[in-house]
Amino acid sequence: MTIAARHGVGALELRGVRREFGSLAALAGIDLRIEEGEFIALLGPSGCGKSTALNCIAGLLPLSGGSIWLGDRRIDRLKPEERGFGMVFQSYALFPHMNVRKNVGFGLSMKGVKGAEAARRVDEGLALVRLQSQASKLPGQLSGGQQQRVAIARAVVIEPAIVLMDEPLSNLDAKLRMEMRVEIRRIHDTIGSTTIYVTHDQDEALSMADRIVVMRDGMIRQVGTPEDLYERPLHADVADFMGFRNRMPGQVRAVANGRAEVAVCGTTVQGLVREPVQAGASAVVSIRPEDLVAGASASGIPARVTAIEYRGRAFFGTALAEDGTELFFRADRTVAKDEAVVLAPLPDRTLVFAGAPA
Amino acid sequence: MSSVPLDGVAAAAGIEEALPLRIKLAARGLDGTTLLVLPAFLAIVALFVYPFLYGLWLSFQPKDGGAALSNYVRFFSDPFLYETIGTTLRIALPVTIVNLLLAVPIAMRVRLMRRQRILTTILVLPVTLGTVLVAEGLLNYLGPQGWFNRSLMWLGVIAGPVKLTNNYWGVVASLLITGFPFTFLLTLSYVTGIDPALEQAGAVHGASARSRFFRIVLPLILPGLAITFCLSFVQAFAVFPSAVLLGAPAGPTRVISIAAYQAAFEEYDYSLASAIAMIMGLVQFALVAAVLAGRRLLYRGPVAGTKG
Repeated sequence: MTIAARHGVGALELRGVRREFGSLAALAGIDLRIEEGEFIALLGPSGCGKSTALNCIAGLLPLSGGSIWLGDRRIDRLKPEERGFGMVFQSYALFPHMNVRKNVGFGLSMKGVKGAEAARRVDEGLALVRLQSQASKLPGQLSGGQQQRVAIARAVVIEPAIVLMDEPLSNLDAKLRMEMRVEIRRIHDTIGSTTIYVTHDQDEALSMADRIVVMRDGMIRQVGTPEDLYERPLHADVADFMGFRNRMPGQVRAVANGRAEVAVCGTTVQGLVREPVQAGASAVVSIRPEDLVAGASASGIPARVTAIEYRGRAFFGTALAEDGTELFFRADRTVAKDEAVVLAPLPDRTLVFAGAPA
Repeated sequence: MSSVPLDGVAAAAGIEEALPLRIKLAARGLDGTTLLVLPAFLAIVALFVYPFLYGLWLSFQPKDGGAALSNYVRFFSDPFLYETIGTTLRIALPVTIVNLLLAVPIAMRVRLMRRQRILTTILVLPVTLGTVLVAEGLLNYLGPQGWFNRSLMWLGVIAGPVKLTNNYWGVVASLLITGFPFTFLLTLSYVTGIDPALEQAGAVHGASARSRFFRIVLPLILPGLAITFCLSFVQAFAVFPSAVLLGAPAGPTRVISIAAYQAAFEEYDYSLASAIAMIMGLVQFALVAAVLAGRRLLYRGPVAGTKG
């Protein structure tokens, strides 16, 4: 395989990047440095600005402020065709009137690569995404997964400095998504490109990325490795996005040695302090459903089961605490609906964040 | 299943015959709803099919007797008559092509605008004015004492007034104005049908604005432009009021519809007029058929970049 990303262009740097749509700030001053060869995921709920950020990097949206640098070269005023990036769109955006070969070779022909050299690189691109046998078909004759691969091949054959991907798997079915995750990571490793991958699916981000950038309301909330984010979210909303489905508002009783005791749901629980809190202040306690276990110990949050379902190894259910908070929990044996249970949070997996000011 | 049928085909046929007629018709797409087509069908027969066939029959019944084809022979042996085809084409083809060439870039721009409605309304306004009003207006505006000539003279571009009415250019100007909205609206609908992500994909992968248009947009709208061309051409080819009001109906803008009008209402030769109308129809049909045949060679699939 000789398709390889262009190297030596340096890191991509966003400095105070802003983008406004009317009075709405889609990006409210983003600072981010992406090293060469990194696989970065921009993660966040819809409307958080992650796609806007990607389009700004691609040059499809002008900035309202700030600058973008590639190495020591400022690129935010360049037209998209002058930036030399590759991009995979959510809708794939394959040219419907061109066959697979022509789609993949489009960028090459725009760059003036012709003849045998172009043919060789298109062949390599098709081999990379394993689509050699479909080369003469039109996009409309391909399945969603195949179209996706064509779009990836088209983006990488030009040997771009950076490959941008905008939720490329969101139109595929669950099984294909899992396959394509592995595939995309393999292609990234094979060609050694820098990849910026936009997604709203934290599983995708966790499994593929070297670093994850969690965004919300046009701002970066946390940047870190998948382990960082999964184990040590810095804010309650990041935790929420990382699978901490239980968010219990409460009042801090005591703080000591990085741990806090918080009164929630009619009882007190212990957890690791993530945002500075003081005794007497309001706080939010976050915990994943798998770390809130029914019947594991005698102490815990008393609740009444409202629903229970079997998910392979364990049972997962919802319950109402005495104060009406809805809780998501795990159980190792089945429990009946309306049964009274005690939900025990694992103290090392329970996080305490500063609560909203009352 | 008490007995095994000896002949399965006959048995199957028997079952089919047992179905009520209503269900059999429905399977072929004929049901109660089909009856709703009837009024339109009758209207088409009364207003189009019958007059067409009557005209065709009439064109083979020369006024002065003689062979059935003598009207057609007369048309193609009299330069005063057959030259009207060339005259009309010389007006209709450039007008149609210029309108298309104007409509495409404007539609490309309007597609991106937020206040599309207002601009579209302004551009479409000439349609509501009617050919005669536009012709009258142009007579004044483009005339020797009109604003157009006076402005050019004031700017020193020309020394004396340029003759722009009662000749070829007057008719062309009028047809451009009345034909443009129609061409533009059709073109706009084709252009807006193209997924903007396709052009973005083109841009990111290195295509300049020019390449994006010629490599991505144009191939996708070309089949639509062919249809637009046909419809606009047929409209322009049937030019009559502006050729009379703004042109020189005795000479350079003696279009084919004027020849038919004169045959019918000055010579009272309805048979010849019918023959001319048939020839007019044939010329239009030949050109449209040629364009549509060319269109078959183009890509005509979906214009979105995904399976949807």
